[in-house]
This record gives sequence, structure tokens and C-alpha cells, in this order.
Amino acid sequence: MSLLEVKNLTISFGGLRAVDDFNIEIKKGQLYGLIGPNGAGKTTVFNLLTGVYKPDEGIISLDGHNITGLKTIEINKAGIARTFQNIRLFKELSVLDNVKVGLHNHYHYSTIEGILRLPKYYKVEKEMDKRAMELLKVFELDGEADYLASNLPYGKQRKLEIARALATEPKLLLLDEPAAGMNPNETGELMDTIRFVRDNFDMTILLIEHDMKLVSGICEELTVLNFGRILTQGETGSVLNNPQVITAYLGE
Amino acid sequence: MKKMKIAKTTKNNLITYSMVLIAYILVQILLITGHISSLMSGLLVPLCIYVMLAVSLNLTVGILGELSLGHAGFMCVGAFSGAFFSKCMDGLMPDGIRFFIALLIGAAAAGIFGILIGIPVLRLKGDYLAIVTLAFGEIIKNLVNVLYIGKDKNGFHFSMKDSISLHLDGEGQVIINGAQGITGTPHDASFTVGILLIFISLIIILNLINSRDGRAIMSIRDNRIAAESTGINITKYKLMAFSISASIAGVAGVLYAHNLSTLTALPKNFGYNMSIMILVFVVLGGIGNIRGSIISAVILTLLPELLRGLSDYRMLIYAIVLIVMMLLNWSPKAVEWKEGLKEKYFSRLHFRKEKEGR
Repeated sequence: MSLLEVKNLTISFGGLRAVDDFNIEIKKGQLYGLIGPNGAGKTTVFNLLTGVYKPDEGIISLDGHNITGLKTIEINKAGIARTFQNIRLFKELSVLDNVKVGLHNHYHYSTIEGILRLPKYYKVEKEMDKRAMELLKVFELDGEADYLASNLPYGKQRKLEIARALATEPKLLLLDEPAAGMNPNETGELMDTIRFVRDNFDMTILLIEHDMKLVSGICEELTVLNFGRILTQGETGSVLNNPQVITAYLGE
Repeated sequence: MKKMKIAKTTKNNLITYSMVLIAYILVQILLITGHISSLMSGLLVPLCIYVMLAVSLNLTVGILGELSLGHAGFMCVGAFSGAFFSKCMDGLMPDGIRFFIALLIGAAAAGIFGILIGIPVLRLKGDYLAIVTLAFGEIIKNLVNVLYIGKDKNGFHFSMKDSISLHLDGEGQVIINGAQGITGTPHDASFTVGILLIFISLIIILNLINSRDGRAIMSIRDNRIAAESTGINITKYKLMAFSISASIAGVAGVLYAHNLSTLTALPKNFGYNMSIMILVFVVLGGIGNIRGSIISAVILTLLPELLRGLSDYRMLIYAIVLIVMMLLNWSPKAVEWKEGLKEKYFSRLHFRKEKEGR
């Protein structure tokens, strides 16, 4: 059964159809890639999926539930988490606290319990610390838990963003250009991390990426966007050899 | 590592608490031995009030990251509602309990106003909150100036015109008399009460910051879009921070009202200038730095008084101190220098931690 099903998704800004009749079907546990030239509407699709924009037309359903038109926070609770093209961390918070914000909706104590420092506060905070450190360990960030997020090197900031997204316990993880600005070594490492996340967290991942080495290396299926429309979709190998894709995006 | 971090914030908070405690003990000793002039001892309660205002405004400006220019307005709401209650209940219940309830009423009234303003305005992005709070402060002040409330056997009478149109019977009593405000509020405020309230405010704010809710509030400050897509309810946490900040300002207002025999809403005490002065405390103490707010509120309140002897140069020195404090807080070089000092001081700790880690 498919986890994410999108039908006829369309949005216009003024006269421009930024995304036009977009369809996609992602199965549980899949690693799916969304590629295309700059300005093709890839990030707009992400913004539509996460409720930042409301679609003009179309239906988005996650795990059988219709989530079209819900607010960002409701969509997050329904099970979609994302990272951003330009990193958006909580810069003045520690690395650990960034992940703990991600855990926010899964661990509860009341404001009063927090202010009066009742036993429940200590108990829940301890559990949160434990869970957050587990997540940081996956991304080899546990040594930097105390650092301010803004003091991390670029590659680690990317990883922290993924860790924070995973902390919200999503069903579907959206990664917006995770390898942007990384050198080949870091990209290789990132590919391993993404695979690891998929295998160990039972995660379904949809990612936007320009790095063809990463895309061909880990994505099982691809959708190619051009001028807001789907150019082609299907298995990675056949899509990347499609002459249309080569002229529109990859170059001869 | 994890333990270190918890220990660090707890340590920082303990420094703040003990700083206030030491200041209190010191002042008490000086008071007993008679080393404080009557002018200075008259400043002690206002000092507590300014500290509370600065600390609470820092919650809005530094932790929530929204600019509020009407903090004195919340203080005004607290002052008048608290004083109104005290005036009505004076003699009907023990003074301690009455004052305590007055404080709660002041906090609740200011908090409610905070929520009422926050609901429409905190949803907006940008500087709208600053504009609306600025207007709110002025409106509240002017509104109180035309407010007449009286009490007689038939209950409360209310008017916006003058005290005669209240139509009180012979034994009736005007409680809020328009521009003349409230007179004869019982004098319950003292330095000890002020310090106690500072402690309570600090506990509320510092514990809030280091809790689940505090993290949510700061995540909104740092990146609203990321916070939203991480599942944080933006409106709820903005309102929470803003109304708690307003409540504490309200309590400061109640303290203010119970320190004076006549409470009037003047531009001097509840106007725009007051709001800006509180903001100056916060900015100079370091935005988001609670301890800094306390220190700068104390220094900037005492300085003009301490320099009274130097009459001609008083404002000059005041201005220089403002500039120096600003440089120390904001210039990159000074920040670097401070970081360097910190590293030097904490390097031993770091070393030990690393050794334990391996």
C-alpha cells in the first residue's frame, strides 16, 4: 500500500502555475527522489505537502488519511517532517535542545509542573534527554550535544536538521537538498546516513537533490519536474537514461 | 556531557538567585546600621519594581523575540486593579491576605489584558506587536484618567464623566476619581516584599525557560517556520510567554500602587517613557540575559541618584555608562574578550570533563 498519494496537485502564484497537475505515489519504506532544474517547483511541492501553501486543486493523502489543506503543525502531527534547503535550525539553542524541541509533542508535562519543578518534570526531562541523545548518536552528534546549534560545522548542521525532523516521529521524511554545499566525502557519508535512517527507523523518504551521484546512488524511484509539470517518473535507472530528462536537465 | 549541561544552567540560575539574596542581606545590614540615607531607602521598593519589570519584559523581548513598547501599560492595569481591590477591602480582612489577593488580582488582570492583546496581534508577523502595545500603553493610561468608580450601599457605580454623575448616596465613597486616581491605598509594600516578589518572578521565568514550554518559546524566536513544521503551536506559546510577562508587570504595578498614598496615571509613571526605560534596562542588560536585566535595572536606577552630588556632570556620566554598557554587550571585540575570559576561567573544568569522557 502506498504511504503518500498525491493527485492532481496544482497551485498558481498570480498567473504562474508553479506546480501543475502533480501526481506521485510513494510506497512505505521507499527512497524516492524529486529532481529537476532550478525553478521547476520542487520546493513548492514540499511546501504544499507540509501545508506551508494551500493547493488550489488536488488531494494529498498520507497513510489513507486526507491531509489536504491542513495546517503545517497538523500535518506534522499526522506524520510528515521535513528539512529545509537553507538550513533552519534553532540557532541559539543547544544541539540537544534542538532535538528536544522535535520531541515536544511526544513527551508531556504541564507548565505548572515545569515551573514548580515537580517530580514529573525531572522524570520526563530525563526520558527526553535519553531519547534525544540516542538520536544524536545515530548522527554522531552526541559529542557536540552542548554546543550551540549555530556553532556546528555546516555538514553537521544538516545532520542535526535531519535528527530534529526524526525526533517528531514522522512516517514520511522530506529532505530538501540534503547534500547542498557538501564535498564528495561528506555526500558519501550522508548517503550512508540516509540509508541507515530508512533501514533502522522504518522510514519512507522523499528527497530533492541536484547531486546526481547521490540520486542515482540511493533513490529507488524518481520524479522529474520541469516548469511545474511532471516530465517523467519511474525507476531511477530508466528515468536517468530518458532522452527528455537528459535534454531538459542533465545535459548531453 | 548531558549532566554537565544541566549542572551549568542550574549553576547559572543559582548565581542569579544568590546575587539577589546577597544584595538583600547587604541592604538589610546597611539599613540596620543606619548607613542608608532616607532618600536611598525610599528608592528600595521602586528598585524592586524596576527589576521585576525589566526581568518580565526580557521574557517577551529576549526569550520570545517580540518587541513590546507598552510594558508600563500592563503595570498600570495591575496597579489600578490591585489598588482598587485593596481600597474596597481595606479593614474587611487581614492586611497580609488582602495584599496577597491584591497581588493575584493585579497579575490576573494584566495577564488577561496580555491575552486579549496577544490573540489578534501575536498572529501577525513583524513589528505589529510593538505598534499595538505602544498604543495600548497610551490608551490604558488615558482611559484610567477618565474612569470614575464609587461604592455605596447599593453597590458599585461607574462613570466616564465625573464623580458627581456617579450619584452616590451620603455615605458613598469615590474609589477611582478620574485624573486624581486612587488616594489612600494602604501602604503594604516593603523592600522585603519586593525582594520576595523578585524571587518568585525569577523562579517562574528561569524555570519556564529551562522547561519544555521554554524550549518551544525559544524555538519560535529562533526560527518560526522550522518551529511550525516541527509541530510547535506558535500561537499558544507566544500567548503563554506574552501573558506571563504581562502578569509579572501587573504584580510590579500592584507593588507600586501599595507603595504610594496617591496613585495617578501620569505620563511619568505609566507612559511611553516608562516603557522605553524598561526596554533600555533589557537592551543594556543583554537581550535574553535575565541576570543582566537585574543588574542594569539596578545600576541605571541608582546611578542618577548616586551622582546627584556631581549635579553638572550627572547626565554626562549617565550617558557614558549607557554607551560603555552597550559596547560591552554588543561590540564583537568585547564579546570576544568576554568569551576569552570565560574560557580561561572554565578551561580547568573542560579538561576534567574530557578526561572523564575518555
